[in-house]
Amino acid sequence: MKIHEYQGKALFAKAGVPVPRGIVAKTPADAARAFEELGGKLAVVKSQIHAGGRGKGRFKEHPDQPGVVLVRSADEARQHAERMLGSTLVTIQTGDEGKRVDVLYVEEGLDIARELYLGVVVDRGAGGPVLMVSSEGGMEIEEVAKHTPEKIFREPVDAAWGLHPFQARRLAYRLGLDAEAVKSAEKFLPQVCRFFVDNDCSLTEINPLVVTGDGKLLALDAKISFDDNALYRHPEFKELRDLSEENESEVRAAAAGLSYVKLEGNIGCLVNGAGLAMSTMDIIKLHGGEPANFLDVGGGANVDQVTEAFRIILDDKNVRAVLVNIFGGIMKCDTIVEALLDAYEKVGFNIPLVVRLEGTNVEKARKLLGESGRDIITATDLTDAAKKVVATL
Amino acid sequence: MSILVSSRTRVICQGITGRAGLFHSQQCRKYAAEECGRKEPVIVGGVTPGKGGTEVDGVPVFDSVEDAVRETGANATMIFVPPPFAADAIIAAAFEGIELIVAVTEGIPVMDMVKVADCLKETGSRLVGPNCPGVISPGVAKIGIMPGYIHKAGTVGVVSRSGTLTYEAVWQLGNVGLGQSTAVGIGGDPIIGTTFIDLLELFQNDPGTEAILMIGEIGGNAEEQAAEYIKQHVTKPVAAFIAGRTAPPGKRMGHAGAIISGGSGTASEKIAALEAAGVVVAESPADMGTALKRAMERK
Repeated sequence: MKIHEYQGKALFAKAGVPVPRGIVAKTPADAARAFEELGGKLAVVKSQIHAGGRGKGRFKEHPDQPGVVLVRSADEARQHAERMLGSTLVTIQTGDEGKRVDVLYVEEGLDIARELYLGVVVDRGAGGPVLMVSSEGGMEIEEVAKHTPEKIFREPVDAAWGLHPFQARRLAYRLGLDAEAVKSAEKFLPQVCRFFVDNDCSLTEINPLVVTGDGKLLALDAKISFDDNALYRHPEFKELRDLSEENESEVRAAAAGLSYVKLEGNIGCLVNGAGLAMSTMDIIKLHGGEPANFLDVGGGANVDQVTEAFRIILDDKNVRAVLVNIFGGIMKCDTIVEALLDAYEKVGFNIPLVVRLEGTNVEKARKLLGESGRDIITATDLTDAAKKVVATL
Repeated sequence: MSILVSSRTRVICQGITGRAGLFHSQQCRKYAAEECGRKEPVIVGGVTPGKGGTEVDGVPVFDSVEDAVRETGANATMIFVPPPFAADAIIAAAFEGIELIVAVTEGIPVMDMVKVADCLKETGSRLVGPNCPGVISPGVAKIGIMPGYIHKAGTVGVVSRSGTLTYEAVWQLGNVGLGQSTAVGIGGDPIIGTTFIDLLELFQNDPGTEAILMIGEIGGNAEEQAAEYIKQHVTKPVAAFIAGRTAPPGKRMGHAGAIISGGSGTASEKIAALEAAGVVVAESPADMGTALKRAMERK
């Protein structure tokens, strides 16, 4: 689960990770008032969406308006806010459709001496969190990793003990921080790592992490996502979720215990198992089609789930044919076919449906399908299924 | 021959009083009796805290792994404990010196697995999973949730991050007349106990394994590391398939570990690495069986 920058910074502040002062604005008047309240000569007005590249991003409705802007008066803050709020911001990460901005974050201007990068992720191979820092603040870390990997420094984080102060100093020295900033880093870096572990994050990224003129480290950005599997022990995060940032069908699927990802194609897929579901998308593409979705009904899907899965697939207006691919293991093929026929009736199919079944009770299942009298195309294997579904278009 | 399991494998089931735990315990027992000709029970006990002293379907239930090991001499466990308690169940088994821990549970928090990984470094236990179908050696033993009957005894070692895709692969192997020495699902989570490399090493050293089929997917770089290992250490023919060529970046594809993040973990990188290591990579998921056959003919 992802959260907004302003939410992340509130969590940072609570956990003792220093952030600039800032105020949330939902109207242009809010933005003007926030400028006054911050009381400085400068402030930054930042669009709050779950995507990066906001500074370079532009609004569809106002092609000259950037997603993050420096303002010098309350009036200026108001004017920018008027253009930003309710408009659609397109950045390198949002795709062409962009994302609607409903919340702004107005932040104090700072005396910035250096801009650095910080990220904490879980290192799969090492089996634990790893802290990465780089002197190249503000740059995409993937770009830095590709072109100048020597500018990225890493330290493994002990989940129980946290980042040791010597590790923090080591990173600070490598970044070439001056004495005052090293002291600040010695506190700042372990605190961010503690934050990552305590909150079950899957990502904590601060880009840029700034060093102020008087040698203090400050999180100028906060990109945080949480491990979905651990949300049960952080009930307070529930209210941070912004459903408007998520795909409606994906939210609906998750509520039904299905794993669904919307794609751009026109062949809907319903599969059991994540690996087989990905492979089904792959083989559709291989035979010249475009998958409309990833959908894993899981190991023990019942009639209700299969029905909901069909509804979600058919609600996608791009879908012109559906491929069902089931390898029955513990889940018997005939159970799936019963659910499928039931769902077929309830949902009302009017586009081609190709079904490929294999595994436990497949004969019984094929017989059920054959006797159903439904206009369902059957396939014998993966290739056959992919070819047949592509041919229906 | 087989790896990880043998005729002396004695399994307890942690979470045996749950629906899935009980059902799969029965299936494993049935497989051992019908397909492996085992006389003595393969599932020797179960563990559910608070239900010690009871029996479920003729299997004694214990309060702790400690009690179960002492009373039954178990050397393996399969875990069906719900996610919030699964990491603790794994650690409990490791502390009792259980040799093989198969964790089927899906949805364990990553930070819990960090704790497990730290703990396993201190013990000699081997963890398979979590979020995996388990281990099967046809005719020897099955510890996990895969349908036993699709497997046939043979000489192909199968290792996979997936569940049903592995069944598909095993079925395709059967269609080209190839059986399996052992098939292992290593799990779809970011942090897992046994890796591709661990199994490549075991299969390379197993006289009963002649070829290896490896099934990977997007996310992380375990396949790239495996490719490097194959180049250096594996002389047996290896074929592979990587799922998720069409997966978009930044989206979790069902498995917690199947996500392309920051432009890395793509299928094409993995395929390139494996091909560079001399592995025959199936372009289509329908060609996993034939790819392995090609790999065997080439060597």
